[in-house]
Amino acid sequence: MSTTTVAHHEEHHDHPAGIMRWLTTTNHKDIGTMYLTFSLIMFFVGGSMILAIRAELFQPGLQLLNPEFFNQLIGVHALVMIFAALMPAATGFANWMIPLQIGAPDMALPRLNNWGFWLLPPSAILLTLPFTLALFGIGDGALATGWTFYPPLSVQGGIGVDFAIFAVHLLGISSVLGSINIIVTLFNMRAPGMTLMKMPMFAWGWLITAFLLIATIPVLAGAVTMLLTDRHFGTHFFDAAGGGDPIMFQHLFWFFGHPEVYILLLPVWGFIPQILETFSRKPMYGYKAQVYSLWAIGALAVVVWAHHFFTAGMPVPALLYFMYSTMAISLPLAVLFFCWIKTMWKGSMSFETPMLFAVGWIILFGIGGLTGLVLADVAADAQYHNSYFVVAHFHYTLFAGGIMGIMAGTYYWLPKMTGHMYSEKLGKLHFWLTAISFNLTFIPQFFLGLAGMPRRIPDYALQFAEFNMISSIAAFVLGFSQLLFVYNIVSCARGGKKATDQVWEGAKGLEWTLPSPPPYHSFTEQPTVK
Amino acid sequence: MVCRIDVYNMASLDEVDAPTAKQQLDAKNKKLVGKLIWLVVGAILFAFALVPLYNVLCTISGLNGKTNTTAAESANTKVDNTRWVDVQFTTNVMPGLGWNFYPKQSSVRLHPGQIETVIFVAKNTTNEVVVGQAVPSVTPGIAASNLKKIECFCFVRQSLKPGEEKEMPLRFYVSPELPKDVSEMTLSYAFFPAVKLDK
Repeated sequence: MSTTTVAHHEEHHDHPAGIMRWLTTTNHKDIGTMYLTFSLIMFFVGGSMILAIRAELFQPGLQLLNPEFFNQLIGVHALVMIFAALMPAATGFANWMIPLQIGAPDMALPRLNNWGFWLLPPSAILLTLPFTLALFGIGDGALATGWTFYPPLSVQGGIGVDFAIFAVHLLGISSVLGSINIIVTLFNMRAPGMTLMKMPMFAWGWLITAFLLIATIPVLAGAVTMLLTDRHFGTHFFDAAGGGDPIMFQHLFWFFGHPEVYILLLPVWGFIPQILETFSRKPMYGYKAQVYSLWAIGALAVVVWAHHFFTAGMPVPALLYFMYSTMAISLPLAVLFFCWIKTMWKGSMSFETPMLFAVGWIILFGIGGLTGLVLADVAADAQYHNSYFVVAHFHYTLFAGGIMGIMAGTYYWLPKMTGHMYSEKLGKLHFWLTAISFNLTFIPQFFLGLAGMPRRIPDYALQFAEFNMISSIAAFVLGFSQLLFVYNIVSCARGGKKATDQVWEGAKGLEWTLPSPPPYHSFTEQPTVK
Repeated sequence: MVCRIDVYNMASLDEVDAPTAKQQLDAKNKKLVGKLIWLVVGAILFAFALVPLYNVLCTISGLNGKTNTTAAESANTKVDNTRWVDVQFTTNVMPGLGWNFYPKQSSVRLHPGQIETVIFVAKNTTNEVVVGQAVPSVTPGIAASNLKKIECFCFVRQSLKPGEEKEMPLRFYVSPELPKDVSEMTLSYAFFPAVKLDK
């Protein structure tokens, strides 16, 4: 008993209370909480943008939005969801869980960590401010090029493009700082006895993510900087009149853009196996195979970028190279899938909310992966390119594979972070509503794409009306059922049944040896791992 | 259990050996951060190095259909009478250039090695002097280096007075090294606004 008093005393002793606690904190748990909260808020910001778009697409013709505003919403929705919702969520979990999982007292570079987070709110403001400015007659709104910034449109665009470029710069600096911090933490701060090959899978996923971020974010930053100088300082990187080439931007952008997909997914591939082993009550299958597969995917990720623009014009040997190398990614990914399934095989499984999300995730992410193989086929891609098939495909990978994975992680670690159990009933309801409405939103889009409906257009031909109507209704159900998620998190943070230290019967790993919630300073002396 | 270990840990923090371990760790962290920053700098440099690298790759592979930008040699080209090549012409005027621009004939059929002249017409429809630059591109890209321009209005900037109409010749041939399976080529010109001259 006396021990807890000491810990409490310590807690009140060394950090300011109120708003200054959050502004000046260098504590990994506080920063993790801020990342996760920011991510949840931006998830709703990006989500409401796409609901406006789905409302417009409910019927053919133009009803609610003018096309220019529609274009702006499309691009900003994507940037917000990728950079301000999904990436900060993964970084938030990294901050919270990596030190706990590897038995470190904190992240290696706590001040850098604080800075990394506080770059995010300004960049979110930069992204969305042009909408507000346009209301006052300044500029013509946000970036209207789609999130990919393709020139010549982005060279000709209004101030929204400049705002987005600076937002990307800030977001890039933030992620690079976060990555450096994570790599240093993982290399230097592991508990004695924890070799690299004994690290939890989540740590492995993040280590590779961090290297990918360091290698590719600067390329994106360089590309948008060239765009900026093309726009304002008379350079001709992407201007054919001055000897530049707009296609080169696509190469630079997707050199970052494809690894970005794995940056979003690798952390999830890290903690999903941990959830599977917890709720199957048996050790993870094929730990080594999974680690090597993660590395293989990380390496392949940076050499396949041009499959995003097969139709832009490329010599046949290049087309073939990018097709085969893209398809090669499915080999290590298949290894991962088999390991995940084998982990559950003959396990003593129970289906609490995190496990429901994890199993649903395997199936839905599998659909995302398989439809990706179709798009990787050069011959087929000519038909599917820029159609709703692509939209459905990447939402299966990024919403199901990314965000539903993050939700699995949230339910898994929430009792550890708050010290309370969430409502299992609401959690399960949230899962079923999300899974069903997600499929109803995007399965029709596969067929719309196959039938030739192009993406990023505010109007469509009459024959697409029914499927768009289904998709729009389901999208609203999907959006509003996320309010359950927020309610569950908030009520769990405020109180509820006390969580035990181990929380889940089958949970293994250092984070489950600490009390729930863990003390403000944990592992001040590192545990020894056998 | 765990709490008790924590207290023991906190006590040990104040002991003498803890700071030195912390200093060692800080030094180790700093060293790794230094290395990682070099990696970031390397990645930025790599991004800008991709620009010239891309151009080199394009020249080798004909990736974006770039053709010669200065006059090609015309002498001693043997005409290959055994095959025909259709060369089609398309023209675009980019936004901001108030010109009409079109070829007098939409395509020409010739033997590899045979020199042809095609007239392109440009008309300035604005009431000010406008300077434009034509940028050519050839598809299929693999054949781009085989289209040799001897004389082209795209080698220099073109200036048109208000309302002026100008006929501009293109003299070119297709080199006999053209890959065997190519029998059709498209030469596309995009006219861009260059500088606007002050009156």
